[in-house]
Amino acid sequence: MPVSRDDVRHIAALARLGLADDRLDALVGELNGILGHMEVLQKVESAGAAQAAESARAGMTLRPDVEGAVPLARAREDVAPKTREGFFLVPRLATHDDSAEA
Amino acid sequence: MSRTARVEASFARAAEVKAGADGLNCIISADREQSLADAAAVQGGALAGVPVVIKDNLATLTLPTTCGSRVLAGYVSPYEATAVRRLRAAGAVVVGKSNMDEFAMGSSTENSAYGPARNPLDPTRVPGGSSGGSAAAVAAGIAPIALGSETGGSVRQPAAFCGIVGVKPTYGRVSRFGLVAYASSLDCVAPFGRTVDDAALALEVISGHDANDATCAVRDAPVLRAGAGRLDGVVIGVPREYFPPTLDAAIRQRCDAALDALRARGAAVREVSLPHTDLAIPVYYIIAPAECSSNLARFDGVRYGMRVEGDGLQAMYEATRSQGFGAEVTRRILLGTYVLSAGYYDAYYGKAQEVRALIARDFTRVFADGVHALFTPTTPTTAFALGSISDPYEMYLSDIFTVTANLAGIPAMSLPIGRVGGLPVGGQLMAPHFGEAAMFRVAYALEDELGAEAHQ
Repeated sequence: MPVSRDDVRHIAALARLGLADDRLDALVGELNGILGHMEVLQKVESAGAAQAAESARAGMTLRPDVEGAVPLARAREDVAPKTREGFFLVPRLATHDDSAEA
Repeated sequence: MSRTARVEASFARAAEVKAGADGLNCIISADREQSLADAAAVQGGALAGVPVVIKDNLATLTLPTTCGSRVLAGYVSPYEATAVRRLRAAGAVVVGKSNMDEFAMGSSTENSAYGPARNPLDPTRVPGGSSGGSAAAVAAGIAPIALGSETGGSVRQPAAFCGIVGVKPTYGRVSRFGLVAYASSLDCVAPFGRTVDDAALALEVISGHDANDATCAVRDAPVLRAGAGRLDGVVIGVPREYFPPTLDAAIRQRCDAALDALRARGAAVREVSLPHTDLAIPVYYIIAPAECSSNLARFDGVRYGMRVEGDGLQAMYEATRSQGFGAEVTRRILLGTYVLSAGYYDAYYGKAQEVRALIARDFTRVFADGVHALFTPTTPTTAFALGSISDPYEMYLSDIFTVTANLAGIPAMSLPIGRVGGLPVGGQLMAPHFGEAAMFRVAYALEDELGAEAHQ
């Protein structure tokens, strides 16, 4: 199932990656090269194997539902690119009338 | 030697071997004064005053944690990884953060925003990856112990290339709290040591349950420091799929010598089969990118790390991520997004999960059939030259003997078994889930029996 230029553009948008046109062209070839090696899996008889393995597993470890936040050595304001009054500051959605920063 | 003198010696060695960007480029951040202050404050413990190097995807409080990426340039974590905290609680002193393939995606440490790291045994060659900086630091004598992380062989492969010991614990043996996530169903914190005993000590210290990681097993830390003894009654399986006719003859010869050494200690060696081995690379390179595409969604310029402004929120996300991530990370995010997307999920991701279960079942069957540990080469080649592999899939194939243990979740380790053309060859041991103690018993015996031959 080779990917097209439009496919790569679509998945880049889903992944929130901006790609220049020349990079887009290169990636079509690179991804198809890699995906070609994955085709071998389609020939393997494997139905039900994952479900059987899952049911044999012990399951998730549970813990008491109590507050247990790890204290932070520095404030979020020291780590985040932009904050105001304890909130993370981001540009407005482009769909809003004024796309300037809030 | 006093604790501060040991740390001084570590920094002197780092300067001597040029650990920074003008040389091996294995250490990307360090703070000598802080490390000396830490050494002076050490109260005691199993690692009192021992210098350790930490891979740059493990959160540390005083040095940056960048994952070798532009997107996290300058980021200093507000909390500390459990594995790092446990090393420090045992008296170890962090002397540097090590270079790595960006977000642990690579097999050579060439995919780093800080430039490639180099192999101390031959600086024209790679140290392996993705934990290549940690491996190079141990091999260069900067620290006897380092932490790396494993998703598909990122500790065992560089350990093999640099002639040291690298251990991938059972999935869930070591807390991943503070390890920046790449592929969560595979990621493990994994130690390097100069010797089997160094690695055993490090793994003993960092193991054990941690309430901050829901995937960390509720088990006590294992006792691993058994020392070298006889292996009477131990059955070593040799999977034929790991010794294909195309395997380098000199590497095969080194493996044969290691198997002879195990026999000399009383072990029985038996050929076995793991029939789904050749499917491991395609399975891994579907599952790992799928999980990475989800885990790396958090690097969007909002809560931490770099931000590149754009016209509106979506443009800011796209500008930040496209300028923050390098080529291999971008490739894997796209691949992962594709295999999870509507219409392709079952054909790729669903299928890969099914075949992953078959790979795990191969191991279960062999171990149920009386085999205590498996022996294989760690890598199909010795360390390759910087820049010599440009095709992404060809690079992926350097993990061909290591990804299986990650997919199955079992413990595995690499230790030196000799040299070919002056370059180290690694021998790999694999054991059943939580079978680290048995695996180390074999490793101690093999290291002892090979003696100096392991480095010749």
